[in-house]
This record gives sequence, structure tokens and C-alpha cells, in this order.
Amino acid sequence: MFPIPIQKRPLINQISYRVLIPISLLIWLIPLIGIMLTSIRGLGDIAQGNLWGVPSEFLLFSNLKDVFQNTPMLSYIMNSFKITIPTMIGAVALSCMTGFALASYRFKANLFIFFTFIAGNFVPFQILMIPVRDLTYQMGLYDTVTGLVLFHVAFQTGFCTLFMRNFIKALPNELFEAARIDGTSEFNIFLKIVLPLTRPAIAALSVLIFTFIWNDFFWATVLIQGHHAMPITAGLKSLNGQWISAYHLLSAGSIMAAIPPVIMFFLMQKHFISGLTLGASKG
Amino acid sequence: MPGSTQIPYRKSSWWKLNQQRLTPWIFLFPGLVLFLVYVIWPIFNSLYISLLQWDGLSPAIYVGFSNYIELLDDEYFYISLINNIKWLIFFMLAVPIGLGLAIFLNQTIFGIRLIKSLFFFPFVISQVVIGIIFAWFYNPRGVIGPFLEAIGLGNYAILADEDFATYGIIFAGIYPQIAYCMILYLTGLNNLNTDQIEAGRMDGAKGLSLFKNIILPQLRPATFLAIVVTVIGSLRSFDMVAIMTQGGPWGSTNVLAYYMFETALSEYGYRMGYGSAIAAVLFTIMMFYILFFIYRMYQSEKKGL
Repeated sequence: MFPIPIQKRPLINQISYRVLIPISLLIWLIPLIGIMLTSIRGLGDIAQGNLWGVPSEFLLFSNLKDVFQNTPMLSYIMNSFKITIPTMIGAVALSCMTGFALASYRFKANLFIFFTFIAGNFVPFQILMIPVRDLTYQMGLYDTVTGLVLFHVAFQTGFCTLFMRNFIKALPNELFEAARIDGTSEFNIFLKIVLPLTRPAIAALSVLIFTFIWNDFFWATVLIQGHHAMPITAGLKSLNGQWISAYHLLSAGSIMAAIPPVIMFFLMQKHFISGLTLGASKG
Repeated sequence: MPGSTQIPYRKSSWWKLNQQRLTPWIFLFPGLVLFLVYVIWPIFNSLYISLLQWDGLSPAIYVGFSNYIELLDDEYFYISLINNIKWLIFFMLAVPIGLGLAIFLNQTIFGIRLIKSLFFFPFVISQVVIGIIFAWFYNPRGVIGPFLEAIGLGNYAILADEDFATYGIIFAGIYPQIAYCMILYLTGLNNLNTDQIEAGRMDGAKGLSLFKNIILPQLRPATFLAIVVTVIGSLRSFDMVAIMTQGGPWGSTNVLAYYMFETALSEYGYRMGYGSAIAAVLFTIMMFYILFFIYRMYQSEKKGL
């Protein structure tokens, strides 16, 4: 174990460690605590500079009501779900297939295709921006949720393939061999053997993709223009322009944007982390 | 070797004979086609567009390398490029800070799991939200300005200061990146080989020498991944700039990613060719890292095969 477990240290170190942990956490989270405190305040407190003290009124619900009544916030949130969930399903489904193909068959172009997926995944978005926007336009999908989802699925398939392929590659090969000798068709090997075994990988990818896409801002800006299809990140940005110094409302809106990925993270923490570390973590 | 397995001979249909050979392509087909259309082809298309003068609507004119030549004289291009370098250098701090935090938190005390998750929080939240929070902190009527005023240093708004605004944004950008590096290192520390550490301790290795000679080498995979994601994160710095300053004041916080967007899609007037040339420069820089990463992966693949 590194560093030496605190329990083996002198008592004074143990006590100071336990004191230091919450203090450092508090400092680390100042920005997030600030926004939470602000979301429950009224304009009065903010104007007077009462940002960290006890709020003079508790206005979280009235701020939220304000946000939902006077802005398309509800529609932004719904759009975010409409973009995020199909992308998650699409990218994971496609990459189960590509990952399986690249992990369990030997053919000439195998590594080349695999590295193409990896390389494409790291490319700067700007080099894709104009052609993708053009393509979406020509398909009549510009400014629609579908257009954005299609691109997201395609792009995320790169990362997901990398992950899936490595995961399936680590499965014991004898399982497939045995099934083949029994005369199981390749499709049934995929459906009945591989898919059930990749459930942890599917879970990890699902949470990761959910978070990535929920938080996407760039592509929402490039491929969406109107409020009818705008996800919450782009929506917040446009509210940011309108609500100069209405920080209590902006905070309330920001919290709405932050809640879904945070919940997702807490529910699926283990999977989330194993996804981020590209499966390098045990358990 | 799955590919060489003999399929038991039953019906000599064409499919039965070729199943092994065709199956991977059938499985690859939808994902690969989508990826080629939306990711690979656009790269080449962009490189081609960078040779055009084109506003996206009227017919494009082939102008050769004149967009690139124009870049050489473009003051804002240099500002953006230099800012990208600043981002890259300062972003690298996220790696050692993340390592430090991971070591600090790698204990087993009551509630530590929850504490680790809370430290990880900034990474889960959208950069748009982080950007909004920091922009408000930096606002003269926000948090830091009034605080400085209260302790008698006078109000100061970093985002309005041409010389320092970029650092204000980088500081905000690094915040979630530290959390990412921390989680990579926590995983790495979790997978350390205990025997080696104990053996090292038996030999009298302590503190820094133990860390340098035994811990760090074992953390190499985590370090590698942390550097890769940090470099890519720093070059992708679009969201924060768009939210916090939109490149201002006077273009001083532009980075290539944002400048490209601005040139091609906003008030600068839809200069697709010029924008693509900027994107091509960014792409070339990134390509070094991509090739480096792929080379590393290729080496480990060869070992694995």
C-alpha cells in the first residue's frame, strides 16, 4: 500500500489527516458550493454581496419556477435526453458489433481498422466541423435532434470500439472455440456468448457516453440553431447572454444541467471509472 | 486462433463455407460506414476545403495555399497559437496535481469513498457550467473582485485584462482536468504491486526514493493515459473560451479551436476555406500526439499477439 496507511502513523498525524480531509474538500468544492448557495438566494442578497453567508430568504423553488416559466429550460432538458439516450444506445450497439468483429476474427485489415477508429477518436472537432455541418445540411437534418444524434453515434463509435474490442479480446477464447466446435453459428456466438459477457463493458460505456453527450456543447452549437432542438448546454449559454448578473437564475439553471450526469455518476460509479481508465482498473 | 478453426462440415452451402470470413465484415459494416462518413472522410474534405475560398453558399474558388499564406500574416492566428501553447504547458500541471491529490486521498478511513467521489465531481459536470461558475467568480461584481476590494487591494477582473484573461480561463479549465488525472492515479495506486513496495521498504527505501524508484515506474500506464488525455483536453479548449470570453478582450483569449469556429461560422463572415486552414494546423499539431499514442498501442498489440 502506498502511501503508508494513516492508521500506522502517530496519533497526531491521524487526527490532522482527518481534519485536513474535510477542509481540503471544502476548498476544492468552493466553486460548486458557491453556485449551490447562489441558486437559493434572491437578487437582494446578490446585490448586497451576501454570497457566502446565511441567505436572507430561501428562494430555491421560486428561482427554479422562474427559470422554468420564463425560459425554454424544460424543453432544453427534454432535448438533452432526446439527444443523449439514442446516442448512448446507438454507439454502444454499434460498438458491440465492431468490437466483436475486431476482437475475435483474424483478417488482414483488422489492426488497420482498429487504429483508424482510435485515431479518428482523437481528432480535433474543428477539422470535422465544416464537412459534418454541410453533410447534415444536405440530408435535411440541420437544426434537428436526429442530425446531432447521427453524428454523435458515429463519433462515439470510435471510442466505444476501442473499449469493446479490448474488453472482448480479454475474454477467454476457449468459450468461442468450444461453441464453434458444437456447430454454433457466428451470430449465435455473438448473441448468446459474447453479449452476456460484455455486460460490464456495456454498462461502463453507457454511463460514459451519457455524460460525454449530455455535456457536449460544441456540436450542439454547430448543428443546432433553434431553441426547439437545443440541449441544455447550448441553452445555458444563450441564457448566460440574456441574464447578465441574474446569477441566482443562472445558478439554478446550471444546477439543472449538472444533476443528471451527477446522478448517473453516483449510481454507476464503478462502471464510470472503469470506463474512464479504459478498463485498466480491476473491479 | 479463432480464424483457423474448422467448421464442422454439415451442409455444404456457400454461407457455411464462408461464414468465418464474412462475419467480421457484416458486424463491422454499420459502425464502420458511419465512422467513415462522419469522421474519416470529413478530415480529408476539410483539408481540401482549406485550399478554397468559399462562404458555404456561392461556388467555391480554388486558391491553392493562399489561405495558409494569409495565416502567416494573421496576428490573431499567432495569438491563438501562443495561447494554445500556454494552455498546453499549464494544463500539464493537472498531471502532478492529480497525482498529489490521489496520494493524499489513497487511505482507508471512514467515508473515503464518498470523499473521493466528491473530489471527482468537477469532471462529471459540463464545462459550460464550470465556465459559467468561474466567469461569475471573476466578474467584478462576482466573488473575487469584491473580495479583493474588501481587503483593500482594489477591484480586479481578470477576464477583462488582456494580458491575463487567458490564465483565468486556463485555471478554470484545469479544475476538472485535475479531477480526471486524480481518478486515473487513484486507479493506478489501487493496482500497485504490494510485494515490490514491501520489498523496497525492507531494503530501507523510504519517502522520496521509494516513490521515485518503485511507485512512479509502476504508475507509468496511469501517467501515460493522464498525459494523453490532458494534451488532448488542452487542445480541445473550446467550451471554456466560448462561455467565458468568446475570445475577447480584443481576441486576446482566442485559441485555435475557437478562432477557427469564429472565422468559419460567425461575425467574421463564413470563411470556410480560411477556417479549414486553421483547423488543419490544429489537426497537424494533434496528429503528433495521435501517432505517438497509436505507436504505443501498436507496440503493446504486437506483444499481445
